[in-house]
Amino acid sequence: MGAGHGHRLYVPGDSPVHRLPAQCKLLAVLCFAIVVVATPRERFWAFGVYALLLVAVAAVARIPPGHIPRRMVIEVPFVLFAFLIPVIGLGERTTVLGLSLSVPGLWAAWNILAKATLGVVASILLATTSEPRAVLLGAQRLRVPGLLVQIAMFMLRYLDVILDEMRRMRIARESRGFEARNFRQIPVIARSAGALFIRSYERGERVHLAMLSRGYTGQMPIIQKMSASAGQWGAALALPLAALAVWGLSL
Amino acid sequence: MTHHHLSLEVSRLAYAYPDGTQALYGVDLAIRRGERVALLGPNGAGKTTLVMHLNGILTAGHGSVAVAGTPVRRDTLKEIRQRVGLVFQDPDDQLFMPTVRDDVAFGPANSGLRGEELDGVVRAALERVGMLEAIDRPPHHLSFGQRRRVAVATVLAMRPEILVLDEPSSNLDPAARRELAEILRSLDVTVLMVTHDLPYALELCERSLILSDGVIAADGPTRELLADADLLARHRLELPYGFAIPAAAETV
Amino acid sequence: MHVPDGFFNAAVSISAGAVAAAGVAVCLRGAKRELDDRTAPMAGLVAAFIFAVQMLNFPVAGGTSGHLLGGALAAILVGPYTGVLCMTVVLLVQALFFADGGLTALGVNIFLMGIVTVLVGWGVFRLITRLAGGRGGITVAAFVASLLSVPASALAFTALFWIGGTAPIDLAAVAVAMGGVHVLIGIGEALITALTVGAVLAVRPDLVYGARGIARPLELRGADGTSTVTPQEQADPAPSVGSRPFVFGALGLTLLLAGVVSFFASGDPDGLEAVGEEQGFLSQAGDHLFGTWSLADYGDVGGIPVGIAGIIGVGLTLLVAGALGYAARSKDKTRV
Repeated sequence: MGAGHGHRLYVPGDSPVHRLPAQCKLLAVLCFAIVVVATPRERFWAFGVYALLLVAVAAVARIPPGHIPRRMVIEVPFVLFAFLIPVIGLGERTTVLGLSLSVPGLWAAWNILAKATLGVVASILLATTSEPRAVLLGAQRLRVPGLLVQIAMFMLRYLDVILDEMRRMRIARESRGFEARNFRQIPVIARSAGALFIRSYERGERVHLAMLSRGYTGQMPIIQKMSASAGQWGAALALPLAALAVWGLSL
Repeated sequence: MTHHHLSLEVSRLAYAYPDGTQALYGVDLAIRRGERVALLGPNGAGKTTLVMHLNGILTAGHGSVAVAGTPVRRDTLKEIRQRVGLVFQDPDDQLFMPTVRDDVAFGPANSGLRGEELDGVVRAALERVGMLEAIDRPPHHLSFGQRRRVAVATVLAMRPEILVLDEPSSNLDPAARRELAEILRSLDVTVLMVTHDLPYALELCERSLILSDGVIAADGPTRELLADADLLARHRLELPYGFAIPAAAETV
Repeated sequence: MHVPDGFFNAAVSISAGAVAAAGVAVCLRGAKRELDDRTAPMAGLVAAFIFAVQMLNFPVAGGTSGHLLGGALAAILVGPYTGVLCMTVVLLVQALFFADGGLTALGVNIFLMGIVTVLVGWGVFRLITRLAGGRGGITVAAFVASLLSVPASALAFTALFWIGGTAPIDLAAVAVAMGGVHVLIGIGEALITALTVGAVLAVRPDLVYGARGIARPLELRGADGTSTVTPQEQADPAPSVGSRPFVFGALGLTLLLAGVVSFFASGDPDGLEAVGEEQGFLSQAGDHLFGTWSLADYGDVGGIPVGIAGIIGVGLTLLVAGALGYAARSKDKTRV
């Protein structure tokens, strides 16, 4: 579980996609996902064109081949679920390879698989080509509340510190012969979690003191201006606009 | 008596935590501009509590603290926090922004600097600790020693009257320890170094204070204090095994 | 288990998004009232902690393992407002930087895993601690609260699925499967939450938001050797005041939005096309923006328009949550 969370997706680079301001990319991916979700599931070719659009973006961004497929594992639980739907689905049934499957179930499975996959790949493209900090600042430009963005900034900054602490605690447990194998060991894990919470909380208080020491009064200073030109907006929004055109044609 | 030549003056400072534990019982100390002073003391002596008073994170239960003649009060906090540069023990607590640049800029930006001027201050501060090339890196990609140097830069960027370092040598390997000492020696600001690393105090500070049980128990040249085995033993301070005060050598 | 893009139709995604946004806005205000300028660093660090404990696997049964959702834990440790913020930020970060959970489903995910778990967890916790005080009461309350928060989230998922899921599955089957599996997961969640809260309580009881008010009285000693005992002053007022309007507000809003959005969606004549009806799904070629309505099954069977069905769905969720809360309450009464 959470195997995909061990490392972030960002891969530094200097492609045209990397250089676009994050708020443009964020809005583009969101609009693209909305168009995809709104596309009727019978339009096979539209989904095909959407996929080609994403491949084109990946090529422009010069993302190493293999990077995206590897990161798509995150989707696996829902893929399994999607495969289950035709088996347990209702309605008219058909026989495929000796299995009795629900026809509406097959459609639903296809619908979820296609849309979820396109959404995941679009998100991976965003996360791979944009620095996390820039994405959060971009979200703030898109009117996500500043306080929420600040919280997310602190979370990102201290995620590795806390995961490291957790790793050290696990090593300490395991070096004393502990293995999380059955129910009875939950108390040990819970004690670690409790200790981790105390450390996190106390660190939060120390960070707050460090901020106060340097003149913090509740507002983060906005240091750099992240504005996007019309051209950059145009370049980023080309993706959802192309998808929208495909959607329009498919009607 | 004029105060302007004193970077820091603490008198009769007493403090009890809200839970009732009293940590300081009347601390008196004065540090002249340009001095480098070590504050020595065993764990639990009240060192951290004292440090928290120096920039108004804790407010005195009794007595007073003044920085360059300005008393630490609620209405002077903003000014005081610019003048007292506190370097925390764990650099991760201090480096809370996503990049080194943002972190060093945090303080000066809070006091209103922007644009070219801000950039100049940030670069100058990083230059002084030899970390300019790391300006665009995230703090968690730096080594521990590098992070501590950046932490020093974050407070140098505030152009402080006095630099207060909490256990600056902890967790540093010998090379990083030497590099930091060289940086601290090159700075022309008043330094108060809180530590129980006695050799480091000897290396960097001519004068030392011993804080024990919430009061200043001794104040004098570091060399003399460290040579007094009884004094050290009384306050649970110990030189490392095999370390002897070099008899003839001049203090640094 | 983060919902991806395309799992729910647009009506549900939009309603859930609106409710999530409103809930988060309320929590931003509430957390700021409690934490002041400490909000950003404290909530950020606790969010990182929640993210970390979500990676802690614990063995459930038969070689499978589960992991924490953490909503109830966050609510008990740092309070409901900050708890919702932490969960929201965790989900936001997972969606933006780990591609876990669809961007269009972010509202659904925040609603299910942030708001529902925190609200149910905190509500049940308050109910029980009010009946049974002390450290034991808190541990029991943490156990029951987190136990219920997981199936509650699963039931809310089922309700959303009923209103706007895109798969033709028997609703009862979904409810039973989701409920059953999540009761199992809930037991693990409950054990680890209760023990974690207990572990913090043993070392730093002052850090447990849900344990405010059990601080030991202070002893004051006079110079003449006399001593008096005084209760500790609580830095913050009891948290129950502000949370009730929020609970009702959020639930009311869900009800309203699901109803209204569904109503407009069903105003589209294609909207009630049945899945697997005699005209067949292929006749939905001219399908509208909101995808197919699996609820149309129910609309045809019972003759209930989707808008009303939406309201009924949310109402049922409320009833179930209320019944669970009531059951927890009476169970605890017998225990005390």
